[in-house]
Amino acid sequence: MNRTYELMFIVRPDMTDEDLEKLISNLQAVVPTAGGTVKSVEKMGKRRLAYTVRRFHEGIYVLLVVEGGGAMIHELERRLRVSEPVIKFLTVRVDEEQKRLEKIKKIRDARKKVSAQPVTPAEGEVAAPAAETTATA
Amino acid sequence: MADETKAPEQTSSGPRGGDRPGGDRPRSGGPGRGPGGPGREGGRKFFRRKKVCKFCVERIEDINYKDYRLLGQFVAESGKIVPRRLTGVCAPHQHRLSTAIKQARNIALLPFAGRAS
Repeated sequence: MNRTYELMFIVRPDMTDEDLEKLISNLQAVVPTAGGTVKSVEKMGKRRLAYTVRRFHEGIYVLLVVEGGGAMIHELERRLRVSEPVIKFLTVRVDEEQKRLEKIKKIRDARKKVSAQPVTPAEGEVAAPAAETTATA
Repeated sequence: MADETKAPEQTSSGPRGGDRPGGDRPRSGGPGRGPGGPGREGGRKFFRRKKVCKFCVERIEDINYKDYRLLGQFVAESGKIVPRRLTGVCAPHQHRLSTAIKQARNIALLPFAGRAS
């Protein structure tokens, strides 16, 4: 039950701010009843669409990051599909991807620490072979 | 007679991998892995220059559908996804890139088809 989803949807550009807020809070109300949590809401503003969607050339993008199960997403998508101002939506599951990214980050941080730690012994080691090579050469 | 004709063929074209009726043209087997010039782009002897995978070099691991500017570099004017052999992206990154581009297309951040086609 700890799946993280990113739900991005586009709202028609002639929506007022308060209508948008109402819509978002409606959606947010679904989440706790289905046993999930809303991680973040981000209003990405009005953007020009790459192609015409329902005869609109612009749209207001909203990103909703939620955590929960599949049934919750089912309900959210149903609401989005039914609501009239929403013209497009996309749900992406991101918990696996985040896990992978964290793992990579951890490996990279660990590698950096190992290379950054032994400063003086490294100098000693570097000095010794240099001396040896100069002595022999 | 059949044996006589077969034997010289085998010795000459054995290492080349089988009998070719077209004669002994030195075709090093395989799809142009070496200097992939002649026969490909009419006159180039060697590879253009070793293109490197941008994601491997800059260590970008998060190829998201949201950063359309990064994705847009790998999309042609017509909106098509540019093949790997032109951009030099490595296989796993190309796969992730292509999924991200398709997601971006679905949410109208990138076009399906541009003006050219």
